[in-house]
Amino acid sequence: MKLVKILGPGCKRCDALVTMVKDAADKAGIDIEVEKVTDYAEIARAGAVSTPGLVIDGKLVHAGGLPRPESVRDWLNA
Amino acid sequence: MSAPAESLQPIRPSQRIALWIGGLAIFLAAWWAVYTHLMTFSEWLVSLLPVLRESHLGEALVFFFYDTPKVLMLLTLVVFGMGVLRTYFSPERTRALLAGKREGAGNVMAAGLGILTPFCSCSAVPLFIGFVSAGVPLGVTFSFLIAAPMINEVALGLLLGLVGWQVALTYLAFGLTLAIVAGWVIGRMKLEGWLQEWVREISINGAANLPEEKLTFVDRLKLGIEAVHEIVARVWIWILLGIGMGAAIHGFVPEDLMVRIMGADAWWSVPAAVLMGVPMYTNAAGVIPIVEALLGKGAALGTTLAFMMSVIALSLPEIIILRKVLTLKLIGVFVGVVASGILAVGFLFNLIF
Repeated sequence: MKLVKILGPGCKRCDALVTMVKDAADKAGIDIEVEKVTDYAEIARAGAVSTPGLVIDGKLVHAGGLPRPESVRDWLNA
Repeated sequence: MSAPAESLQPIRPSQRIALWIGGLAIFLAAWWAVYTHLMTFSEWLVSLLPVLRESHLGEALVFFFYDTPKVLMLLTLVVFGMGVLRTYFSPERTRALLAGKREGAGNVMAAGLGILTPFCSCSAVPLFIGFVSAGVPLGVTFSFLIAAPMINEVALGLLLGLVGWQVALTYLAFGLTLAIVAGWVIGRMKLEGWLQEWVREISINGAANLPEEKLTFVDRLKLGIEAVHEIVARVWIWILLGIGMGAAIHGFVPEDLMVRIMGADAWWSVPAAVLMGVPMYTNAAGVIPIVEALLGKGAALGTTLAFMMSVIALSLPEIIILRKVLTLKLIGVFVGVVASGILAVGFLFNLIF
């Protein structure tokens, strides 16, 4: 079970990233729990300068724009 | 495709790059061929309609059918170029470049990076906190935040298409100067204590250094195409509306009306334009076609540009977002400094042109 956090104030891309991560996890058969983080203080503390940011098991792996699907798969598998 | 056996072989990277560059060259040649024949196309189109070419309506239609494709084509080119260029920058790298920079040189760098760093207004707050807490001076952060929305590819592409490269370049130069000077002034005032308390207390764990995605040149070109797709899909309707409105002014509004309201002789027109611009919120695409039509009818360039800068750089929604990290006092200073800068730009433009 991996804990995934999506950092972002709730713009369109943040939602797109949520869908993307869920799809990737389904395909890879990985169990995840997704949490959306909209609080600016918490986003900043995670170290993201641009949104949406992606945190997997406490580690910031991506910030700003949408990542490539292959990258999401690799991060989930890591 | 003469030898089928060859086409089955996987394409080597070098061939891929050659293919893309060849495709790009063909596209640019076709672009130029179409671009240079737009007026002919527009005249021809209007001649097919049951409208007198010399009438107000005919005049307006020729303007509309000429300007719309022209602006869209120039915008496509500028957005593509900027899209490719911006793949070499990221907010994280910009922050690292600016951290610990001293004011002065830092302001100049920040304003320049503000143009080149990919930036979306929904990231404004995390970016602000991220910069300040990583040791980027407050004034330098403001230089970035003023330049980033004001001098964007849409504003430059549209100015280029609608009023020409001289004005686009002057806008670029004045916008940069404004961002540098306003940020420097704010930095001089030493207002770090006027940030919201929770912002001052945040300390970022410096470990959050993301590994960079490795991009090939073809990847960057693809991202440029993506940028065109995204931005043109978002703004085309505003461009149509704006040029439509512009065409109406072009054909119907009497010339001396605009000269009286927005001409260079009316000194109060610049502050009035700035005040009018603040509550208005639209992207550059929505405002610039109106700008061109105003200019065409005798409104002064400085007044019109002041209006445009005010609409883009000082907007209520953005101020409301920034309220989360800045105290009201600091927001007051920010608005005051930027508005004075825009006033100066407006008066200066009216003097020069």
